[in-house]
Amino acid sequence: MTTRNSPGTDPSVAELKARAKAIRRHVLAMSRRIGQGYVVQGLAIADALAAIYFHELRYDPANPRWAERDRFVLSTGHYSIALWATFAEAGIILAAELETYGRDESRLEMSTLDTTPGVEIIGGSLGHGLGQAVGMALGQRLRKSDARIFVEFSDGELQEGSTWEALMSGGSFGLDNLVALIDCNGIQADGKIVIDIEPVADKCRAFGWDVQEIDGNSMDAIVAALRAARAKNGKPKAIVLRTLPGKGVPTLEKREKAHFVRVEANEWDQFDRELEESDV
Amino acid sequence: MSERGKTLAMGENVATGPRPNVEAPFGKALAALARGRNDIVGLSADLAKYTDILPFRDAHPDRFFNVGMAEQNLIGVSAGLAKSGFKAFCTTYGVFATRRAYDFIAIACAHSKADVKIFAGLPGLTTGYGGTHQAIEDLALMRMIPDLVVIDPCDATEIEQSVAAVAAHDGPTYARLLRGLVPRVFDPAKHRFEIGRAYTLRAQGGLGMISTGMMTERAIDAAEQLAAKGIETSILHMPTIKPFDAKAVADFARGVTRIMTLENHVVSGGLGTLVAEALYEACIFRPTVRVGIPDRFVECGSLPYLQDKCGMTVERIVAAALDGARWRQA
Ligand SMILES: Cc1ncc(C[n+]2csc(CCOP(=O)(O)OP(=O)(O)O)c2C)c(N)n1
Ligand SMILES: [Mg+2]
Repeated sequence: MTTRNSPGTDPSVAELKARAKAIRRHVLAMSRRIGQGYVVQGLAIADALAAIYFHELRYDPANPRWAERDRFVLSTGHYSIALWATFAEAGIILAAELETYGRDESRLEMSTLDTTPGVEIIGGSLGHGLGQAVGMALGQRLRKSDARIFVEFSDGELQEGSTWEALMSGGSFGLDNLVALIDCNGIQADGKIVIDIEPVADKCRAFGWDVQEIDGNSMDAIVAALRAARAKNGKPKAIVLRTLPGKGVPTLEKREKAHFVRVEANEWDQFDRELEESDV
Repeated sequence: MSERGKTLAMGENVATGPRPNVEAPFGKALAALARGRNDIVGLSADLAKYTDILPFRDAHPDRFFNVGMAEQNLIGVSAGLAKSGFKAFCTTYGVFATRRAYDFIAIACAHSKADVKIFAGLPGLTTGYGGTHQAIEDLALMRMIPDLVVIDPCDATEIEQSVAAVAAHDGPTYARLLRGLVPRVFDPAKHRFEIGRAYTLRAQGGLGMISTGMMTERAIDAAEQLAAKGIETSILHMPTIKPFDAKAVADFARGVTRIMTLENHVVSGGLGTLVAEALYEACIFRPTVRVGIPDRFVECGSLPYLQDKCGMTVERIVAAALDGARWRQA
């Protein structure tokens, strides 16, 4: 058994950025094949996923059900596009399988199913991730395991009552084996965030969490925040990621902020070029 | 369907056949209804774009509220508006209204008799997005709630007319919403949707098809194909699931030799179950086949693929009518 990211094996920021770029390449290719999709979300979350899977999370790509693994819970199910891309990079699935994304009979669905290797929860009905992550963190604490729980959720999910119920319980239970990555990309289904959720960091602090707020597309900042989040201080950790939809493809970064960005068939080649030229 | 399809995520249209389509019939009808009166308000939970309520928002921006992705709050706020003298039309997807906000619908709306009009998108298999988005059991859940009216409209005409009908009804309603490009099956000059009413669309004895929602369009097309094969059929269209016209079912059943129920819903708890209850209580026994979604979560996939797999296409309905083995078991 070879586990990833055991203590003392930290890769360089340059290596992590290369992983993030590879994830972005997959995201573009997957979106192109399906003709649309969650391309801007996938590009924005690529840096955080690269840091989680190649720096922080202890797991065995050959045995995603390893009992002592750290868990990564993706709550925002439609970010699956980026998770599948990351799984291909991490060796949990074969890169060739990415071609089936969103197609009939594929296990790489538009939102996550927990029957696909490496996936911890069924996503798609938003606002499920944090509560289950709190339960997993309690479970590992009860088992006296030092495995940690990482959970991603979105700014849109901050509008669901269930997210706040879970935040309250995480703080109240003092779960310092729980790390939340809150992806604030500024958009939701109806466009720009429609109901004010700010100040996110202050709200999480008020609920008993240790909070860091960072540029979610800066690999240096993500790595530093993940290291700080290792502290065993009796508090759950939240990292508020300020991300830019479409990050790494300037044309998409500038496009109108929409949940579903429409892309013309002839634009994909240009996006590929822009990504290669970009310094992400 | 040999070529594998792609899931078109949230932007799918239900329209597939040769009939004319109407774009966003719900939102347009609501905007028009609200023009002449000031007691109509509209709400959504971060799905305004995807539930066709934008025409209302654009026409009456001061009376539209987007509460964000918060379905329990959507229903609670709607109930509060209703208790302040407004008819609160609110939209989200059926799964989120019924599964997440069930308690709020039951207590703040139904038990309170609050004038909340829920329009719920993506009923049954009208999205290929998978089990989290397909409202396959919403009719069963909603019909168990006392005092709630439950409607499954067939087409653009019934969507348009149901807007006025639920506004005229005093109390909470749950209607399934067909959004985007919606086929027009019924001639608006001739068809009159009324809550609680059943419609006999064809009366030739033989195989009696009892259908609701978009499956009625398929029943009509299947009946044509069966007629060409010399098989006589009758059709009873039941867009209102609650209050359910059990007498209409019994009267219809007396004139046919066997019964097929058709619903865009799991085959238990919805129309098929209601028909079985109605017939049993009336002591009428007919061989019965229930067409609908089997008792399982459906996966992600293209709509033609998934609907074929669940036996809900016109071709599969015709095949089921002709499938002797299936009727011998019935
Ligand atoms: C409980 C629930 N309500 C509504 C939806 C429909 N929906 C899908 S994505 C989305 C937007 C949510 O915002 P966010 O997660 O920030 O999405 P982004 O636009 O950033 O991808 C909504 C409302 C859902 N999937 N789950
Ligand atoms: Mg967002």
